[in-house]
Parts: sequence; C-alpha cells; structure tokens
Amino acid sequence: MNPRRKKRLTIVTAIIIGLSLVTGLVLYALSQNIDLFYKPSEIYLGKEDTGIKPINGQRLRIGGLVVPGSVHRDEDSLKVNFKLADMKMPITFNESDPTVTVRYDGILPDLFREGQGIVANGVLVDGKFIEASEVLAKHDENYMPKELAEDAGEQHEKPSYSQEQLKKDN
Amino acid sequence: MQFDSINAFFNMGGYAFYVWLSYGVSTCLLVALFFSSKANNQKIIKKIAQRQKRENKLRQAAKLQNEQNKQNKQNKQNEKNTITSSEEKS
Amino acid sequence: MWKWLHPYAKPEITYHFTGKILPWFSYLATILLSIGIVWALLFAPADYQQGDSFRIFYLHVPAASLSMGIYVGMATAALCSLVWQLKLADASAAAMAPVGATFTLIALITGAAWGKPMWGTWWIWDARLTSELILLFLYLGVIALHNAFEDKTLAGKAAAILTLVGVINIPIIKYSVEWWNTLHQGATVSKLGKPSMTMDMFWPFVFCFLGFALLVATIICIRFRTEILARNSMRPWVRELVEKVEG
Repeated sequence: MNPRRKKRLTIVTAIIIGLSLVTGLVLYALSQNIDLFYKPSEIYLGKEDTGIKPINGQRLRIGGLVVPGSVHRDEDSLKVNFKLADMKMPITFNESDPTVTVRYDGILPDLFREGQGIVANGVLVDGKFIEASEVLAKHDENYMPKELAEDAGEQHEKPSYSQEQLKKDN
Repeated sequence: MQFDSINAFFNMGGYAFYVWLSYGVSTCLLVALFFSSKANNQKIIKKIAQRQKRENKLRQAAKLQNEQNKQNKQNKQNEKNTITSSEEKS
Repeated sequence: MWKWLHPYAKPEITYHFTGKILPWFSYLATILLSIGIVWALLFAPADYQQGDSFRIFYLHVPAASLSMGIYVGMATAALCSLVWQLKLADASAAAMAPVGATFTLIALITGAAWGKPMWGTWWIWDARLTSELILLFLYLGVIALHNAFEDKTLAGKAAAILTLVGVINIPIIKYSVEWWNTLHQGATVSKLGKPSMTMDMFWPFVFCFLGFALLVATIICIRFRTEILARNSMRPWVRELVEKVEG
C-alpha cells in the first residue's frame, strides 16, 4: 500500500471510530428511554440501572408475565384485570414475587393468555395498579407445531369474545 | 399438506388478511424491483447506442464535408490548371 | 489474494464474468424460492400459539437478515472505494443500495402485518423496530446521494461516507433485543447451536433464505452491470458491445 492510500485509510478509520464513539455515547445517554418498559418489581424498587421510581399518575409501559389464575374477565363487557409478575427464563412464578395489577377495557391480542409475556401501556394508580389503554403480547423466539406442543403439555387458545361483549365495545 | 381444502388454505386459519398482505406486498415489491432493474439495463444500452449513432452520423458528415472540401480544392486546382493552360495557349 | 482479485478490478472482465454467472443465480433463485414458498405456505406446520400467521416468518426473517447483510456488503464496497478508489467497488455499492432498501421495506411491512394480529399493534417504537426503520432511511440517504451529483466519483464518495457512518446501526439492530427491553422477541435461527424451532419448520426457512439470497445476488448483478456500462460508456469495449447488441 502506498503512503497516500495508507493515509487515506487512517483518516477514514479515524472518522468511523470517532463517529461510532459519538453515537455510542448518545445511545448510552438515551438508554433509559430506549428501554421499552418497566418490570413489575421496578415499580416498587425503581429502575434497575437508574433507581428511578415511577410516580402515581405517570404514563408508563409495564412488561411482565401474566400470573396464572389471575385473569378475571367481565362476562358482558371487554373489561379485564390480571396480575403481572417479572419475566424470568425459564418461565417460573413464586407466590412471593412482586406483582402489579393491570386493568384494561379492550380487545386482547391473540397471543394473550395466562403465563404469557405482555406489555401494557397505561397510567400508574395507587402505586400498584395500572389503568391500561393498550395491551400488547410479547412472545419468545420459540416456535412449535401444535402436536408437539400438546405432547409437551403446552396449549394456547386465543381469547374469544361473544357477540354481546363486542357490541358493548362499540 | 396442512390444509384440508382450498378454502381453508385461503383462509389461513383466520389470518388470511395478514398472511396474504405480507406475501402480496413482498411479491409486488420484488417483481417491481426485478423488472425495473432489467429495464434500467436496457435503457442504458439504448442510450449509449443512440449516442453512438449520433456520433457516427456527425463523423460521417464531417468526413463528407472533408471530402467535399478536398473535391472543391481539386476542382479549383483543375480550373486553375485549365485556365493557366488556356492562357499558355493564347 | 490481490493478484487473484486484480483482474476483476477491470470493468470489462467483471462485466463478462457477471454475465456468465447471472443465469445461474437466477435459475437457482427460482428453484429454491418456488420450493421454499410452497413448502412454507402449504406444508410447514402452523405454530401452536400463532397458528397460520406464523407463515409470515418465512418472508420476514430472510428479508430482515438480508437487509442487514446487504448493508454490510455495501459498507465493505464503500470502504474499498474510499481507500483504494476502486471504481468498481463504487459501482457495486450503488447497485446494492436499492435492493437493500427494498428488503428493508419488506421486513418492515411483513413485520407490521405479523405484529398486528400477534402483538396487537402494527408498530411500536421499540429498539429493534426503530433501528430497522433507521436502516431504511440510511439506504434512502445513500440512494439519494448517489443520484445527487452529476459527477459519479463525487457522488460515490459522499454515499460511501454516509454508508460507513451508518454501519454503527447494524450491531444495534442485531443486539437491540438483548441490550434493551423490547416487544420484539430474540433471534430464532441465528443463535449458535440449535434453532428454536423444529426441523420441519426450519427446512422451509433454509430454502426461502437461500432463495431470497440468490434473488438478491441476481438483482444486484443486473444493477451492477448497468452501473458498469453507464460509467464506462466511452470505452471501446462498451462501444463494441453496444453495437453488437443494438445492431
């Protein structure tokens, strides 16, 4: 490589490294906003890396596991409430885990079920309730054919709604 | 085969809209990209060919002009020669 | 390696070489894609949670990973064109940008169409989706710069710099699902070791992925040849070639 090209390579590399550094720092500064959601335990203890606790009335996203047996659906409207616990891999749940109750009035996504990960968007009330305006299902990277899932004891049924419930919505 | 009937296939277990939207849009975009790339290739060849034709024409015209100039010169020379020769005669 | 590569730095030789491999790329792409898509739509089993909407996976994942792969290729070409001033590297970068943009768009659209029924939303500003959208804008910026200047060398230089700056976005897309809390799930097939799906779901993916990769190669080849012709239009070999084709 001749000196002129070598110099050009150095300059280009220097520019790239410099810009990457700047971008990295900017991203680091933004990192607390780039996190999509709070975990239920973080509602009580504050964000893991910053320690910031959400305040009542704050709009926030919360992500976690729908606690099995905690889903209560209203029979003739779309109202639903359920508890959320921290998502852990593999999926387990202890009675002592901190939970947050989410209240929602709307159609749940097809992937919603007990034991599923979800993200809810809403307002914090009384320190442990979320009045959600949107519930999104988060799924993991695993896919399985139905037969195999049944053999493994896994089942999924998407939330179904009666005509009556849907009518109340409109 | 995962589907019992043609209808079941098109219905996609209730997700027809989303599945066919995805496959439809992807197909359209890729077909458009492929054929526009092909068309671009033809266009550039046509463009170069056209320019070449124009250049050739210009060159031929220049050549013709050149030859004509030469011819003219020759003619003039001839005329001169005939004139001088006729002058000589007289 | 330079000695081996050097002849391909001559536009004429590259043009004829790509002309020879182009049909192979397109045949293979057609075969693999037909098998892959039919397999994905008809024979792959549905997911136990997602049902048949899972079939979008076979478009979404290849498109998304190719959108990043093409960018890496384009960045390598941009580096070569900046440092060694290889005109051909510049031409290839210009050829890749529109293809990459199309695949990014496909990844975003199929992702939205998959997210609506499964997650419950077409779009969310999480780190993965946002960084993929930034990738689309980077591609559009590169395309715009290539077309912004009359002088192709200057345009190539500007586009190459933007391309190299944008490289930082690639690891961000790739690791966004691990670094931050996102709605988007982690990687299924690029994980080291076993993919997180059964083999009868995985094989159609292999066909689709290779098929799309070869389709990318085919289209880039066509565009690359167009770029070579456009940039060498005054050369005798191009004149001869054009005369032969156009009679």
